[in-house]
Amino acid sequence: MKTCLVVDDSRVIRKVARRILEDLGFEIAEASDGAEALAWCRAVMPQAILLDWNMPVMNGMDFLRHLRQEPGGDSPAVVFCSVEADIEKIQEALDAGASEYIMKPFDSDIIAMKFVEAGLA
Amino acid sequence: MKPEDSEWIADLCSRLIGLKVDPEKTYLIDSRLSVVARRESFQSVEDLITSVRNDSDDRMAWALVEAMAAGESSFFRDRKPFACFRDEILPAMCQARGNRPIRVWSAGCGAGQEIYSLAMIVNDGLADRPPETQIQLFGSDLSNRAMEKAQSGIYTHFEVQRGLPIRSLVRHFQRAEDMWVLNAPIRQMVRWRQLNLISDQTAAGGFDIIFCRNVLCNMTDAARQKTLEGLAHALSPDGFLFLGEGESTRALEGAFNAVADRPGLYARNQAFRPAVQAA
Repeated sequence: MKTCLVVDDSRVIRKVARRILEDLGFEIAEASDGAEALAWCRAVMPQAILLDWNMPVMNGMDFLRHLRQEPGGDSPAVVFCSVEADIEKIQEALDAGASEYIMKPFDSDIIAMKFVEAGLA
Repeated sequence: MKPEDSEWIADLCSRLIGLKVDPEKTYLIDSRLSVVARRESFQSVEDLITSVRNDSDDRMAWALVEAMAAGESSFFRDRKPFACFRDEILPAMCQARGNRPIRVWSAGCGAGQEIYSLAMIVNDGLADRPPETQIQLFGSDLSNRAMEKAQSGIYTHFEVQRGLPIRSLVRHFQRAEDMWVLNAPIRQMVRWRQLNLISDQTAAGGFDIIFCRNVLCNMTDAARQKTLEGLAHALSPDGFLFLGEGESTRALEGAFNAVADRPGLYARNQAFRPAVQAA
């Protein structure tokens, strides 16, 4: 079973995303900020990461840049999931190595389609 | 809703546009028509139906069938037909046509996601496309409202996230507050026409590739046959027809041949002579 790490400082978003992604067949792990997510990835690299942008301690963009420097850190497909919806911000995420990008608010269809687009479902 | 009203709506939809409506599904009829009732300032759906029945108001009758026909769509819906178009059918057609234009029609284009998906594919380039090849894109729908939305190229936050890869969004759209606007170069690649597939059968012709996906499945048997006759007439003898995966050309035997391992893809049978002739 593929593992997806859901990284978001909102417990509600993590809970909603967990339910949707479990229905898509993923085993879910959770982290509430980028630093926690990085520690998780250093222990066990997931196949997919659903990543918020604005979080305390370490934001999503900093996490992604650190992740891509880690051994094996280029392998997970990273799907950003953020309220940031400016073209420039989205492009910045893609340039940093994001595979896909979801703009909040989202629904289950959007997550499913974006994960298909990222080659994950 | 009174049974005679739902029966009347089902009959109206069948007569005007060949749409199959189950009169038992009153909740569906009610929810679709409540939008029209509100827009046209009727107190209720019942009032709206009574008015249209009594006044024989053609404009309002058309508004009713438009609302009943409205469907959901998405960019690159089901993905595979678009990959097949990009990687197989269009390159082969480019080779076959040389410097003659290739004409592509999205029949029943709704709010435009399908034809714009094709436009983005064409715009983003094809590996084997001879530089002189012209590709002309056409979109048609029976609904003026849908066509207006399609031509505007304006989509909601949710619409641009259904099926559209993020790189295509960044490349081809601009954000305008809460909406997303398709860039002019893609919008301008498409020509539009309002067209009813069961009554305007000879209005379109000379197409090399037709997308008519998830249209036949909502039609009555008679309308399905009529529509396929029109599509056979409109398609060049060596052309291709893309239907929805669950749809087939069974209603018109002999006109099309299914392409192996490509669900929903049909090649025009070159020997077939359409009953429909140009007006």
